[in-house]
Amino acid sequence: MTRAGKNSRGVVERSLASFVDALEHAFYAEELAKKNGLLQKLDPRVKIVAILPLIVIAALARRLWVIAVLFALAVAIALLSSVPLGTLARRVWLGVLTFTGFISFPALFLTPGPAISSLPLLGWTVTAQGLRAAIYLIMRAETAATFSVLLVLCTPWSNVLKALRVLRLPVVLVVVLGMTYRYIFLLLRNAHDMFTSRKSRIVGRLDGPEQRRAATASVGVLMSKTIQLSGDVYLAMRSRGFQGEVYVLDEFRTNWFDWAMLALFITVAFLAFWFGR
Amino acid sequence: MHIPDGYLSPSTCALLYGTAIPFWYTAFARVKRLMNTRLVPLLAVASAFCFVIMMFNVPLPGGTTGHAVGVGAATVVLGPWASMLSVSIALLIQAVFFGDGGITTFGANSFNMAIVGSLVAHFTYRAVAGRTAVTSSRRVIAAALAGYTAINVAALLTAFELGIQPLFFKDASGAPLYAPYALHIAIPAMMLGHLTFAGLAELFVAGGVVAYLQRTNPALLGQRSAAGAKEDASPAAASGWKTTRPLWIRLALLMLLTPLGILAAGTAWGEWEAKDFSDAQMRRQITAASGQVAPPSEQPRGLARLSSLWSAPFPKYAPPFVHHPAFGYVMSAMFGCGLILGFFLFMGWMIGKRGSVDSGTSP
Repeated sequence: MTRAGKNSRGVVERSLASFVDALEHAFYAEELAKKNGLLQKLDPRVKIVAILPLIVIAALARRLWVIAVLFALAVAIALLSSVPLGTLARRVWLGVLTFTGFISFPALFLTPGPAISSLPLLGWTVTAQGLRAAIYLIMRAETAATFSVLLVLCTPWSNVLKALRVLRLPVVLVVVLGMTYRYIFLLLRNAHDMFTSRKSRIVGRLDGPEQRRAATASVGVLMSKTIQLSGDVYLAMRSRGFQGEVYVLDEFRTNWFDWAMLALFITVAFLAFWFGR
Repeated sequence: MHIPDGYLSPSTCALLYGTAIPFWYTAFARVKRLMNTRLVPLLAVASAFCFVIMMFNVPLPGGTTGHAVGVGAATVVLGPWASMLSVSIALLIQAVFFGDGGITTFGANSFNMAIVGSLVAHFTYRAVAGRTAVTSSRRVIAAALAGYTAINVAALLTAFELGIQPLFFKDASGAPLYAPYALHIAIPAMMLGHLTFAGLAELFVAGGVVAYLQRTNPALLGQRSAAGAKEDASPAAASGWKTTRPLWIRLALLMLLTPLGILAAGTAWGEWEAKDFSDAQMRRQITAASGQVAPPSEQPRGLARLSSLWSAPFPKYAPPFVHHPAFGYVMSAMFGCGLILGFFLFMGWMIGKRGSVDSGTSP
């Protein structure tokens, strides 16, 4: 959760970069969702019912080869859905590999078991169980992350939310999620504007306590704006006749292709479950 | 702190989803009762706020920066129930849309950060702030401590969940299937970072926000009645928490102590099975536990006959579909507590119903 940064960019620039990253990610997903690929063609409800079990089974499997097959399947689906592998590698695989690789590295030496090799200079011994444990963790994390990213990248967010109703999520929660997503962008823009205007007024570098005051004051301003905004949004909704009930239009229609793909995915999930026991 | 997919076994994830659901339900019902039609916009905008502040970089002493979850600040302004929901929704969007934290582990992440975090922040803030004025400097310290404590308790829970994985889940060769570090490594590794740096980010954000709002918008600090818990002065009275508090605390303590049963060796005296009488090792154990009095050489016939009459749904405290007996033990304890609570709630309902019928018919 912390990052060393004494000589790198200031806190304002780094927060700005995080906001821009989030916006960029969202726009990129919208672009990918418009392409003509396998996942884009499927009904969003079918996608959720087909892909969630694969994520769970990647977490359940007790055999490495089963997790490897699931990962290969995720890559194949990405290719068929016009998701560039370079993007996946940059946005998902590298991040997961760095984080989980860092976490699982000491397990190579700390897990008890027969030694299979040792580090040349330090003399630390790598155990067979340690190696397996590290591979399990990395492969599971990579496979699950790839599936979940594919689900989101190839479906417009509003459709993902509507499709969540297939999991029996209450309508009101689906509406709240949709509105949250919308207001994230408004508040991100607010925060971005706040930081940009502050950056334009800063000459030189702020010291630590001043930077902290600036950051926490920005959170405070945003908090005030949030409460104000929720009141405004409520009044806007009331003036349009909102009385507490929420409705969602269900415009999805399934066809034979959706059902065929669903059957295929469920069969694969069942086979992976069976062989991965 | 955001546990990714693959670090926790699906059974742990299911258990934590199951634990989180009653909290979500209660929080939703309470906020809905207070906010009525304002619920949807408030939750949506507050969740968006929680999401955005998770992206703020907070400068920490020593030239590092950290991200805060913002649970301390959210609890102080919105109250624990609205904060619990808003942080959970922010975590869900982070997990599903931005891949930060897993989908299978969303229940665990919400339980640690949103649910326990909000409750710990709420009680710490109330304990330290007391009945001081909204603009009192003690409130700044209370909020800072609330944020710091909340995030550290959440980190401890996360470390515990990760640390029990290698205890319960290994493959045939003995390699851990999920997070590989046992409790004695996971807890210090996690806590070291949070007690020193990550906790400070939360401390500065919560304390800083309260200090800022005291100067610019003190009404917001008294807003809790509008945004979260209706009357903060006595949320306990509203929930009936005060009257049943000792009962719930004892129940929670008992449930927490359940895993001790896993560590106990041997069989409880008098709880032998019919087949134990023909097992040489069990016979030795029975003799030693019975003051060196040897058990009968054959299994008592009555015991053999009666033991076939009823087979428990969870034999040996582990349901047949759960392969790990220790996990099954904990599951059975939870199930048992649920059954007992359900029974007493049902009895209470029946008695209440009879009471109301009686009072209705009496002249």
